[in-house]
Amino acid sequence: MTGLLQALGGRVIAGLHGTGQSLLLLLRLLRGAPIGVRRPGLVIEQIYTLGALSLVIIVVSGLFVGMVLGLQGYYTLTDFGAAEQVGVMVALTLLRELGPVVTALLFAGRAGSALTAEVGLMRATEQLSSMEMMAIDPERRILVPRLLGAFIAVPLLALVFSAVGVFGGYLVAIGMVGLDAGAFWSNMQQAVSMQDDILNGVIKSVVFGFVVGWIALHKGYTAVPTSQGVSRATTLGVVHASLAVLGLDFLLTALMFG
Amino acid sequence: MQERLVEIWVGVFVVIALLASLFLALQVSGLAELRQTPGYQVVATFDNVGGLRERAPVRMAGVRVGRVERIELDPQSHQARVVLRIDERYDSIPVDTRAAIYTSGLLGEQYIGLEAGWEEEALSAGDRLQETQSAVVLERLIGQFVRSMGE
Repeated sequence: MTGLLQALGGRVIAGLHGTGQSLLLLLRLLRGAPIGVRRPGLVIEQIYTLGALSLVIIVVSGLFVGMVLGLQGYYTLTDFGAAEQVGVMVALTLLRELGPVVTALLFAGRAGSALTAEVGLMRATEQLSSMEMMAIDPERRILVPRLLGAFIAVPLLALVFSAVGVFGGYLVAIGMVGLDAGAFWSNMQQAVSMQDDILNGVIKSVVFGFVVGWIALHKGYTAVPTSQGVSRATTLGVVHASLAVLGLDFLLTALMFG
Repeated sequence: MQERLVEIWVGVFVVIALLASLFLALQVSGLAELRQTPGYQVVATFDNVGGLRERAPVRMAGVRVGRVERIELDPQSHQARVVLRIDERYDSIPVDTRAAIYTSGLLGEQYIGLEAGWEEEALSAGDRLQETQSAVVLERLIGQFVRSMGE
C-alpha cells in the first residue's frame, strides 16, 4: 500500500519537476531571444532546416487534405442541395482548424523529432558540455535559434498548407465534380473573414510553433545521455508536442470562436 | 557558397508563404472586395431584416450594385436601420426605388433587391429609401397559413 502511494507520489513529483524545469528553460530561452537579432544567420539556418525542408510534406499533405475535404463536403452537401457551399466548408475548416493543427502535427513529426534527436545527441556526445567549457552558452547558441526558427517557420507553413488545401478543394470541386467556379469562390469570399478566420488561424499556428519547438528542445536538452535515452526523448517529444497541440487547439478554439 | 544556398532557399520559402497568404487574403477571404470601392451610402429601414448580414450584396435586376455596410437597431422606432453602399457608377437610381430583402434559393444567403421607381431625381448620399419590404420569416408565414386553414 505504502509502496503504491510512494510510486504515485514519486510520479507526481517527477512530473511537476519536469514541468517546472521546462518552464525555467523557456524563460531562459526567452531572455536569450535577442541573439536572433544579433546573429540572424543562426536563425535563418534553422528556418531552412525546419521550414524550407518541410515544404514538400506540407504541400503534398495540404493538397490531399483539401481534396478529401472537397470530396467529402460535396457528398454530404449535395444531400441538402447546397453543393455550392463546399468551398466555404473547405476554406473554413482549413483556415480555422486543419491548417494550423495538421501543420503543427506534421512539423512535430518531421522537424520536432529531428530537433530533439539533434540536441539529445549533442548532450550524449558531450558537445554541449564542451561548449560550456569554451564559455559559450549552449542554450543561447543552440536552443534559442532553433526555438525562433520553429516560431517563424510554423505559421508560414500553416499558411502554405491552407492555401494549397483550398486549391486542392478547388481542383476537386471544379475539375472533378464540375461545380461552378464563380459560385465556389464568391460563396467562399462571403463567408471567410480576414480577421475572424485567417488571422485567428495564424495566431493559432504561432502558438503551436512555439509550443512544439519548446517541447522538442526541452526533451532533447534533458535527455538521458545514452542512445536509449535519446530515442526515448524523441518519442516523448513527438507524443507530448502532438497532445499539447490538440489540447491547446481546443482551448484556443473555445476562446476565439466561442 | 553553402551559406548562400541556405539563404536562397529560405528566401524561396518566405516568398511561397507570402504568396499563400496573399492568395488567402485576396481570393479566399475576398479582401479585395472589402476595399472601399468608391460609392455613396443610402439608408433603408426595415421592420425585420431576418438573416441579412453585413457585406451582403445589394442587387438591382439581379445585378450587383453595392453591398450592405451596416445593420443597426433604430432606438426610437425599434426598426432595423440598414446602411447600403451603392457603387459610384450607379448614380442614376431613382429616389422612389423600393428595397426588399430576398433569399437566393431556398436556403441561400439573403440579399437586398432594389426595384427601380419612376422619379427623374436620382438617389444621392444620405438619402433614405422610403418603401421597403421586410424579409420573409418562415415561421410567420407558416403561422398565417395555419390560421387561414383553421377558418
